[in-house]
Amino acid sequence: MNGLPNTIVKLMVRNHPGAMSHITGLFSRRGFNLEGILCAPVDGGVESAMYLLVRNDESLEQIVKQLRKLYDVKSVTVQDDLDHTVFNRIEQLLSEA
Amino acid sequence: MKYTGASLLMELLKRQGIGIVAGIPGGANLPVYDALGQSDLRHILVRHEQAGGFLAQGIARSTGTAAACFATSGPGAVNLLTAIADAKLDSVPIVAVTGQVASRLIGTDAFQEVDTYGMSIPVTKHNFLVHSVSELLEVVPEAFRLALSGRQGPVLIDLPKDVQQASTDLDSLPAPGVADPAPEPDGAVLAAMARLIASADRPLLYVGGGVVASGAEAEVRVLSAACGIPVVCTLMGLGIMDPDDPLHLGMLGMHGSRATNLAVDRADLLIALGVRFDDRATGSVAGFAPRARVIHMDIDEAEIGKIRRPDISAVCDVKRALWRLNRLVARSTRETWRAEIHALRTDHPVATPDDPSHPARLVDALAVAAPENAIVTVDVGQHQMWAAQSWPVRRTRRFLTSGGLGTMGFALPAAMGAALAHPHETVLVLTGDGSLLINIQELATIAENDLDIKICVFNNGYLGLVRQQQELFYGGRYVASRFDSRPDFAAIARGFGIPGCTIRMAHDDGALARALAIKGPVLLDIAVPETENVYPMVPPGKSNIEAIWSRGGDA
Repeated sequence: MNGLPNTIVKLMVRNHPGAMSHITGLFSRRGFNLEGILCAPVDGGVESAMYLLVRNDESLEQIVKQLRKLYDVKSVTVQDDLDHTVFNRIEQLLSEA
Repeated sequence: MKYTGASLLMELLKRQGIGIVAGIPGGANLPVYDALGQSDLRHILVRHEQAGGFLAQGIARSTGTAAACFATSGPGAVNLLTAIADAKLDSVPIVAVTGQVASRLIGTDAFQEVDTYGMSIPVTKHNFLVHSVSELLEVVPEAFRLALSGRQGPVLIDLPKDVQQASTDLDSLPAPGVADPAPEPDGAVLAAMARLIASADRPLLYVGGGVVASGAEAEVRVLSAACGIPVVCTLMGLGIMDPDDPLHLGMLGMHGSRATNLAVDRADLLIALGVRFDDRATGSVAGFAPRARVIHMDIDEAEIGKIRRPDISAVCDVKRALWRLNRLVARSTRETWRAEIHALRTDHPVATPDDPSHPARLVDALAVAAPENAIVTVDVGQHQMWAAQSWPVRRTRRFLTSGGLGTMGFALPAAMGAALAHPHETVLVLTGDGSLLINIQELATIAENDLDIKICVFNNGYLGLVRQQQELFYGGRYVASRFDSRPDFAAIARGFGIPGCTIRMAHDDGALARALAIKGPVLLDIAVPETENVYPMVPPGKSNIEAIWSRGGDA
């Protein structure tokens, strides 16, 4: 990826059209870096699982705290143990595009 | 029982305890207004949607309860955004209901269509776009619950016209939304805080808007008195301490007194309650309370460690936490520290300006002329800082000002809300000639509703705080800060049907009292010197103890 150590923040969010705006808007407004997003509906479409690839730096704590305040975000977990290969596969896809 | 979306909204608002709604009707919220006309809600027709938002804020800030406002789609909603953003930064619970074009037209660039939902995301605590009548049953109580819970704030409900018009038949209505219970502080954490306080030689309480929101002023006063701890407050915290209490050091930060900022500099423990280490309070963060360990209590977890990492913290309701902490702390008089504070104040007194026409003297004169405990709304600029420095704020929710967003134009419409919520009390507006012009159209609303508001204009013919910064930091190059046109504000007030008079303060002390004694609204246009500066002033990027203390050098 970019050479910086990244980590994945996993969100469970209400699945509606505005939820993504709330989340991406938070990152741009607060000047947090967001390297990648994966999102898919789960539980029959009631919720979405969202994986955010973010830099593992001093802003991570604020990112998690601010995400927790969003109404549409049901849970926030930092997944240090999750490997990033899923994002790597996207990189590969993009490089072939 | 049969409802339309609009009549259901009225019923749900009424059940939330809403008695007054401010707003302006337009194409996309006409069904709401039609239902409003059939309801017993009182509507205040403002003359700009921003004023409707500030009117709601005036109610919410002065009472501590949530208030509501309406606007139509497009320009109505956009005009409202400034007041909503202002409520977000100062954590004021308001619920805004905006009309939206009919669902089938959304996304077609229809007449008066804007993406209200998208535009309001970053300035609200949360927002809703309602898709059906049945959703209203959940959304309205939820909007009030969110506005009132935890760290309070504004919530917006965008309501398409077809949803306002759609019918439904309901057997029962949902319970009103109420604030969630606040998290209980951990006993072990409180005990550790008590030990830290006991071991500190120079503890200092740093209190702000969160203490007001939680109603914890009595607990702060008890802690301060029991442990001999001096108190500094933010702009939003004025009124938490009795201004006559010798332990009260007043406002800290950019325009705080030298003794106050030096006390913060010397403190070995900062007890930060309901504050967010705002840059106007801290100055350079690296230079802020550099010797102090920090206890931080706030209802918003994200404020803990956002600017300054605390040694001990609690995410909790500060009133409940202090009530328990006050039972754990060791009583102390802290004679040495208090003597040091006393010496600081003696060495660096806040001098009363010699010039009787100085705006700070005008603040004092108005405070004498006004009834004790009058509600004061203050605009933004130099007069705001002079008022913050010396207005005797004896109770919370009596000094309403736009702290975080610093919105000029706040004071007049906020005063309307305060006057409506407190019809038997005197409401004073302290404003400048720059700020007044931003929402001067509200003189019509004040006249129409005969609101007992005394408008005191500090008229220096400048955007004074801009002029001051240009003098101090831009080589005296005064660009766009002087008003070449000097309107006759007294005549303008009379044009709206409000008594107006022009006062030359320095020569007529009795005029203020006589003018304030007039029943009903009145506007006093008071000439103040054109080029006075607010001191102290901390230059941008500097620490609070590096302030400029007076014109032309050091005090």
